[in-house]
Amino acid sequence: MSPNLPLAYLALSAILFSIGGVGLLVRRNPLVMIMCVELMLNAVNLTFVTFGKMLDDIAGQVIVFFVMVVAAAEVVIGLALIVAMARRRPDANADDLRLLRG
Amino acid sequence: METFVFIVCALIVLAGALGVVMSRNPVHAALSLVATLFGIAVLFLNLGAQLLAVVQVIVYTGAIVVLILFVMMLLGVDEDEDLDAEPIVGQRFIAVLVGLLFAGAVLAVIIIGKDAAVTGARSATEAISPDVANIVQIGRQLFTTYVFPLEITAGLLTIAVVGAVLLSRRPKDLQPIPEPESMTEMGDDPLTMTTGEAEH
Repeated sequence: MSPNLPLAYLALSAILFSIGGVGLLVRRNPLVMIMCVELMLNAVNLTFVTFGKMLDDIAGQVIVFFVMVVAAAEVVIGLALIVAMARRRPDANADDLRLLRG
Repeated sequence: METFVFIVCALIVLAGALGVVMSRNPVHAALSLVATLFGIAVLFLNLGAQLLAVVQVIVYTGAIVVLILFVMMLLGVDEDEDLDAEPIVGQRFIAVLVGLLFAGAVLAVIIIGKDAAVTGARSATEAISPDVANIVQIGRQLFTTYVFPLEITAGLLTIAVVGAVLLSRRPKDLQPIPEPESMTEMGDDPLTMTTGEAEH
């Protein structure tokens, strides 16, 4: 028996992405929501690298670089928003923040 | 051997992911995230992406998770969260249903399509060569084919840094945000329950 390993990677990525998505929808702590976004981004990264291996192309790994840069920028902005928000309402969760006011 | 490494890492990755979603304590969620990211780094090694594995450990576990933990310490939000409360009726059920549907759809494509699930030209950019180091190939592509996206990346990071500084600056007239008014009074559709239920 020789399992088709690249397809197993793709399946793992799909499951990981779904777990991250469910977490993003269910959790209300903004910090945990950011972590769930990270999970989803990592699932996509794993898919890119697997596609690169399946198609024998280095571009799959180059794209992951750009995804990582965007993820870093996203975390920085997200955490800054959380800090700014926590100054005004320390115990706020995502449901309390349905009004955008300066 | 490759299969064995994959199975072990896949279990670690999935356990960590479930830990992120299900931990009551945000710090435990962050530590579970570290386990997941390490598992993915090993999977990158398994796939022959050595540079990405190193960057994964340095950037994600070394920088991003530490940043998240720092913010947790700064804000002191490390108390347990009540996960039993479900403010929006049916939210969890629908979220899990959507997640299962998505995973099922993608898994169906993978299982039915097998290798045909991946389409496209082979080695369109540059074939992965076993003779040239991984980092050399990535570097060459970054500074030739992908040089314009690389420049845009610099702009993106600058904007992110400036935005973070602006957002986290303490304003002079800091006022607490008042409790939001009810959405129904504002003429919007109710978010959590119908007006009939609200009267009970």
